[in-house]
Amino acid sequence: MMRLPLFEFRAPQTVAEAVRILDGEGPTAMPLAGGTDLLPNMKRRQQVPKTLVSLKHIQDLPRVELSDSGSRLGACVTLSEIAADPRFRNGMTALAQAASFVATPQIRNMATLGGNLCLDTRCNYYDQNYEWRKSIGFCLKKDGDICWVAPGSAKCMAVSSSDTAPALMALGARVRLVSHSGEREVPLTELYQNDGIHYIQRQPKELLTEVLLESLRGWKSTYWKLRRRGSFDFPVLSVAAAVLLSYKGIVREARIVVGSAACLPLVAAEAARSLVGRPLDQESIAQAATLAARMAKPLDNTDFDMTWRKRVTAEFVTYALRELRGDDLRGERLLLTRHSSSL
Amino acid sequence: MSDQNEKPKSSVAGSGSNREGFRVIGVPRRRVDGRAKVTGQTRFADDFFLPRMAHCKLLRSVHPHARIRRIDVSRAMAHPGVYLVLTGKDLPLQYGILPVSQDEQALCLDHVRHVGDPVAAVVAREELTAFEALDLIDVDYEILPTIADPEEALTTPEPRIHEYGEEGNVHKFVALEFGDVEQGFAEADEIFEDTFFYQGNTHLPIEQHASVAIKDPDGKLTIWSSTQTPHYLHRALAKVLEMPPAHIRVIATPNGGGFGGKSDPFHHEIVVAKAALLLDRPVKICLTREEVFYCHRGRHPVLMRFKTGVKKDGTITGMHLRTLIDGGAYGSYGVASTYYAGALQTTTYRIPRYRYEGCRTFSNKPPCGPKRGHGTPQPRFGQEVQLDKIAERLRIDPADLRLRIVEAPNTVTANFLRLGTVNLSECIRRVVKVSDWKTKFRRLPEGRGVGMACSAYLTGAGLPIYWNKMPHSGVQLKFDRGGGVSVFCGATEIGQGSDDVLAGIVAEVLGIDPLDVRLFTGDTDLGPVDLGSYSSRVTLMAGNAALQAADRGKALLAEAVALKLEVPKERLRFAGKRVFDSAAPDQGVSFAEAICLAEARFGTIGTVGSYTPPKSPALYKGGGVGPSPTYSYSAAVVEVEVNPVTGWIHVPKVWIAHDIGRALNPTLVRGQVEGSVYMGLGEALMEEQEFRRLPKRLSHALVHKFPSMLEYKSPTSLDMPQVVTELIEDPDPRGPFGAKEVGQGPLLPIMPAVANAVYDAVGVRIDEVPVTPEKVMKALAEKRAGREPRFGPDHFPRVNWPEALRVPPPWEGGDGNAVNDVHRGTPRAMKEKVLAP
Repeated sequence: MMRLPLFEFRAPQTVAEAVRILDGEGPTAMPLAGGTDLLPNMKRRQQVPKTLVSLKHIQDLPRVELSDSGSRLGACVTLSEIAADPRFRNGMTALAQAASFVATPQIRNMATLGGNLCLDTRCNYYDQNYEWRKSIGFCLKKDGDICWVAPGSAKCMAVSSSDTAPALMALGARVRLVSHSGEREVPLTELYQNDGIHYIQRQPKELLTEVLLESLRGWKSTYWKLRRRGSFDFPVLSVAAAVLLSYKGIVREARIVVGSAACLPLVAAEAARSLVGRPLDQESIAQAATLAARMAKPLDNTDFDMTWRKRVTAEFVTYALRELRGDDLRGERLLLTRHSSSL
Repeated sequence: MSDQNEKPKSSVAGSGSNREGFRVIGVPRRRVDGRAKVTGQTRFADDFFLPRMAHCKLLRSVHPHARIRRIDVSRAMAHPGVYLVLTGKDLPLQYGILPVSQDEQALCLDHVRHVGDPVAAVVAREELTAFEALDLIDVDYEILPTIADPEEALTTPEPRIHEYGEEGNVHKFVALEFGDVEQGFAEADEIFEDTFFYQGNTHLPIEQHASVAIKDPDGKLTIWSSTQTPHYLHRALAKVLEMPPAHIRVIATPNGGGFGGKSDPFHHEIVVAKAALLLDRPVKICLTREEVFYCHRGRHPVLMRFKTGVKKDGTITGMHLRTLIDGGAYGSYGVASTYYAGALQTTTYRIPRYRYEGCRTFSNKPPCGPKRGHGTPQPRFGQEVQLDKIAERLRIDPADLRLRIVEAPNTVTANFLRLGTVNLSECIRRVVKVSDWKTKFRRLPEGRGVGMACSAYLTGAGLPIYWNKMPHSGVQLKFDRGGGVSVFCGATEIGQGSDDVLAGIVAEVLGIDPLDVRLFTGDTDLGPVDLGSYSSRVTLMAGNAALQAADRGKALLAEAVALKLEVPKERLRFAGKRVFDSAAPDQGVSFAEAICLAEARFGTIGTVGSYTPPKSPALYKGGGVGPSPTYSYSAAVVEVEVNPVTGWIHVPKVWIAHDIGRALNPTLVRGQVEGSVYMGLGEALMEEQEFRRLPKRLSHALVHKFPSMLEYKSPTSLDMPQVVTELIEDPDPRGPFGAKEVGQGPLLPIMPAVANAVYDAVGVRIDEVPVTPEKVMKALAEKRAGREPRFGPDHFPRVNWPEALRVPPPWEGGDGNAVNDVHRGTPRAMKEKVLAP
């Protein structure tokens, strides 16, 4: 079997202690939450931190506070807890769906919300073991100097593959980043960057401690995920959408985020704006779907043919908006995701 | 025309084993090894931890094709914790599963042929140490041009991947003609020509290959290994290690899935054996998932051209099949696979004249070999999809068309395969009925459809892998005074239930409980040879051997008990752990007492049984591949829903009927059928052993696209549809209690049935496996553009086929020999040459 490389293991009791260690060790230290992304990557020698800072013993991090006026989700709440908790409904349905579609039940029991937001970008040329990467001469993201997806590209094209990131972006979430020298709040839409290596603005010495949500009263949200199978797979396209409708069904506010179609989740602002002031009818949905799909620029570095992924994007936006309108799409969900429940 | 309301045969499913007086056979039972498996107590090879055990890692080639100029292991040897570094020089002798292709080396001596080919081995105190030391081995490679597929192999004779084979990079040509096929086409009303492609895929057993070897205190070698073929591994080890076979013991641990992927002797097995002998300590290796992908031996990618002539009523007048087969970097079972790709077309439907040409080429990819259905799912896909097209053109329901042309039982086919029972018609009628085919086919709304396909498979290869006249399977029984019976047999439990078959048969004959039977299987020291768990052979062959041994034991016990009870031994019955007078059932002795009586009279009671398949009438060169004591038959209906925009495919339900002969343990039989449906859907819809060649101007890489369980897509339980399994039971006198195979046959109809269902749903032909949403979407675009609504290959490259061996079929007076085989002396002599050069 593949063995982990040797590393130093630290288990602080508080956030302050954790960020002090991160500050002292520098970029060779990494926080360890559920470990479901980091540890396999370490086995493949994609990431080889010298020090792992376990977050398991920090009592504040799994805390969840939900209220009508706003919510705080601790970074170490597990995806299973989010998927199972009936309080994550209505406005937060997209988050609950996204959490419930991650990987497998066993992985969701370990994986955390913060970990999924910080998930390493993925690429068929990068998510390979050491020997395989050696046989292609490595790549830009690790140990090499070329992007094999786009050999002319100066930047890494690895794909944002988080399920919860697009969902929380559609919900207007912010995250708190704490470091030894202070803390800051960042809107999730500003956390990510269009670069497969430097995909996140979190500094190595910073810890993502919580997700903050403003009141979602009246909002409806949904999350659609494309993957080959009903379990295990990372998204190779996703659509998160949230709308605030008037009592007559007119869109007052809307947010659409297209995930797994670039190095970061794509905010389809123009598509969302096109819906405002209109009902979710065939025409408005079709227009928004076209606008949102235009943004997706999938490359040949995930499962499925990239042109096909591009071509079905509009269809996925349509599913999401029709579901928010109130259409019964359980049949489509069952066919696509093998899950009939939309939570 | 068939009559849908025709009554099933008298002895079909539901006839009930109890009516025939069986207490074990035919009764759904918990398998004898079930408790250990569900409680996690089964000891797989990787579960062995022995004192002083060292760990082995293999350095594998990072180049797809290269010469090794020099290997320097000094830095690795000096690494703390490293005990031993081996290279090709330590194990220079070649081996291979087939006598005709002894083309592998445990560690490549001077030539690597694919990324993943093993070059050196490090044995160290810790696995991590061994892994780290791999990077300290310096290998100087001379890069060679690569071959990625058969078309490149045909047009690139140099450099040769191997120095043997037909020519250039062609490994094997097969050309056989049974009757004048051109005459057959001349008599046809319609001729159909179709080209199909079947992508390669791999076995994906949950258990990675693992082996532990030790030097016994007396200097002999013992190896525990996850192998399906301990006997063949035994022979390979003796050859490469240059040790007397008597000093080697191979113990096949229960396999966590095999599917054909653990049927070759593997380099890692030879390496840990050598290391254990040199170090005098236990040495273990457990492959990573990537390495399992490099071992491969999976489904060959096959390009096929079918030309079939039919009469207006559907009668086939002749068939000509050509295959172009991508063999990968080594021979493996490939010569057999090439023959198999053309062997079984004649077993389902009557084909009076048949021509087969097959060509297997080498490429710089992991070697292909036998995967469940060995060589036959690819042409079965083409044949069954083409039949669907034929039925549509002739305006005959595909089920009715098949019923018209099903081959008769006990026939010798055009290519001299002797069939046993054939209940394919009953299988078709049954799935038509339970799937409600007649109200669904061409009648479901747009986007939904049903498809049908059929298949046959051998119940054990009729010939061994190396030429010999000995039995294919042997069983020894030891009777204990306490009433227990021990079964010793080389048969290997790979999850298919071979242990349960042996226990069930012995228990039925002797009237005891299967749990009273103790099994010692898959151990070359303890049990007589069984050739291995491949070709669906174990139930019939080891089963018949067990039946014979049990009958012989029963006779001894009966004689002793008859004397004691003073009744004729013919009147004795063995049941309920008793031996008693059937005329006066309370007059009897316990089974344990019966053994004591027999032992007192005859001495220690032990019996043997063995099985040798009947001689095949196929005497021509190549006739050794295809014969079997009898064949199983399957028919399946698959329902699909296809999204007309995205091409997304969903399979809600599968109906399948299988001609099993007799279900010895119906629970296991149904499990095998459902497992076959599962694996078949994986092949049909998503599984692909794909390779990536990086831009040639930038790189030399030719790599497996994604050797991981995450990205090699195989269905999950959530993707599994409802399966309705119908067992057709018509005992075949050749099988133990009438049993035929079930491990492989039910896989075969699934892939073509899916493709046929997609056509019924949205009117596009996907003449390629896997059938994916991308391909459906492209074909739908073709359809909308008014072009041929199809996705699939459109040409078959030029191949310099050799002159075909002409074998007149039985109905043209043929005797099983070719009339133009100039190389052949006597038929027997040639067969020996083919099998054991």
